[in-house]
Amino acid sequence: MPMQPILKVENLTKVFKSNGRPDFTAVDHIGFELMPGECLGLIGESGSGKSTVANLITRLTDMSEGRVLLDGRDITRLSGSALREAYRQMQMVFQTPTESFDPRHTLGDGIGESLRNFGACRAEVKKRVAALLTQCGLPAEFADRYPHQVSGGQCQRAAIARAIAIEPRLLICDEATSALDVTIQKEVIALLGRLREAMHLSILFICHDIALVQQFCDRVMVMYKGKIVEEGVPDEVIRNPKNDYTKRLIESIL
Amino acid sequence: MTPSVRKPRIIKNSVRTRLIVFGILAALLVIASLLSDHLTPFDPYLQDLGNAKAAPSQQHIFGTDRYGRDMLSRVIVGSRTSIFSTLLLVAIITVIGTVIGVFCGWHGKVIDTVLMRVSDMFLAFPGLVFALAVAGVLGGGLHNAIFALAAISWPKYARIARSQTLAQKETPYLRAARLSGSGTVKILAKHVLPNIIGPILVTSMLDIGTMMMELAGLSFLGLGAKPPIAEWGSMMSENRALFTTVPWITLAPGLAIFISVMIFNLLGDTVRDWADPRTRGR
Repeated sequence: MPMQPILKVENLTKVFKSNGRPDFTAVDHIGFELMPGECLGLIGESGSGKSTVANLITRLTDMSEGRVLLDGRDITRLSGSALREAYRQMQMVFQTPTESFDPRHTLGDGIGESLRNFGACRAEVKKRVAALLTQCGLPAEFADRYPHQVSGGQCQRAAIARAIAIEPRLLICDEATSALDVTIQKEVIALLGRLREAMHLSILFICHDIALVQQFCDRVMVMYKGKIVEEGVPDEVIRNPKNDYTKRLIESIL
Repeated sequence: MTPSVRKPRIIKNSVRTRLIVFGILAALLVIASLLSDHLTPFDPYLQDLGNAKAAPSQQHIFGTDRYGRDMLSRVIVGSRTSIFSTLLLVAIITVIGTVIGVFCGWHGKVIDTVLMRVSDMFLAFPGLVFALAVAGVLGGGLHNAIFALAAISWPKYARIARSQTLAQKETPYLRAARLSGSGTVKILAKHVLPNIIGPILVTSMLDIGTMMMELAGLSFLGLGAKPPIAEWGSMMSENRALFTTVPWITLAPGLAIFISVMIFNLLGDTVRDWADPRTRGR
């Protein structure tokens, strides 16, 4: 039996409408599949629609057209508790670590929120949060810190801890390393790699750093002006780009 | 001689100290109005026509009015009506305005547009004229004065709450909360409200003074508290004809309004400084 993709995106489209200006198509009929355990990179310049793709898949933004299937289940029209149920399978790490935590709550509060929502009791949550922080390379005491009291890298580790708290199968990293400096970036990538092994995570890795994608991903898609213009194994795409935009992108780095 | 670096020595008027001082003053005012029945040296409603319009003396510090009632007792008793109706009014407009504003900002779409146009209408309407109209339809009285002022004052809060909610809506942490499986009600109560309540509370603190003046003004026009109820605005109004001959009976409630409005304004200013992390440390 062929393996079922953990994530299948069909014909995904987002058109932003605004009064007085022509409609802007941020994501233009894209489709792809992500297999269990696979790490798929999505690269492209700023404004190419990468982050919109992440927001559409997680249903944080309403799509104009298309379908998203999570583990074979259509989540395109889910809402309320059914959508929350879908979030058990899929979590996201955001670009700005500090801003992805509520400034008025502790990191532990943020990490434990999903656990509490899915029915864990107070003592259990506390224990799990401590374990998650340790797993992500932070001391357990960080549960009582506020987001502005820790560094960006530490905050991103906490954000990863939050994302894996309910043991999702799919992790979407929306420029998760872009706001960090190079050494911290390396550590966070190593952490993601470890978690991927340990939890059999599938990862959609959105990034604009082609070198990072080459190092971390099994497969890469190049996005340009809302469309996927090229797809393949990172090494091959870099060595032998077929699309004009991909060529320019690679030239600009090398 | 060794050169020394001169250290600037400035007595710091720290926000925390100010907060404590004005907080205590405001609390004293509220406590005094709560206990006003026990603080009055005379019965504020007891008439003594033989001793009418008496000048301030040791016995009657603020003198007596035209019915011989002790002014100090009336000012003290009047604090309850004046301060509590003001606090009630501010509480009403804060809650109503915040609820409408958060709802509009969060929900958006047609309801947002309709409610915001309604609030524009109220903002454009002169408050006193509206209060006069309400008094004309429903009759004068403290309740109607509070109703009229509440109807006209909520849009300011709705505007603030709406813009704050809109700003919150796009923050990554709200999206993270949604991904954590929190429902709308939980997100509003746990994440949105705590993050927007600061500026709203500060506005309401600053509004206490203004609203106290407006209520006193309506009472002064005869649209608020009715005699013989002691209320600062109506007390001034009752006695204004006698201002040239016995000025103290107008000055006493005037002074009371002046002092309490100032205390609440200063408290509001201080709370604003304190709520802003950029000025808190100073």
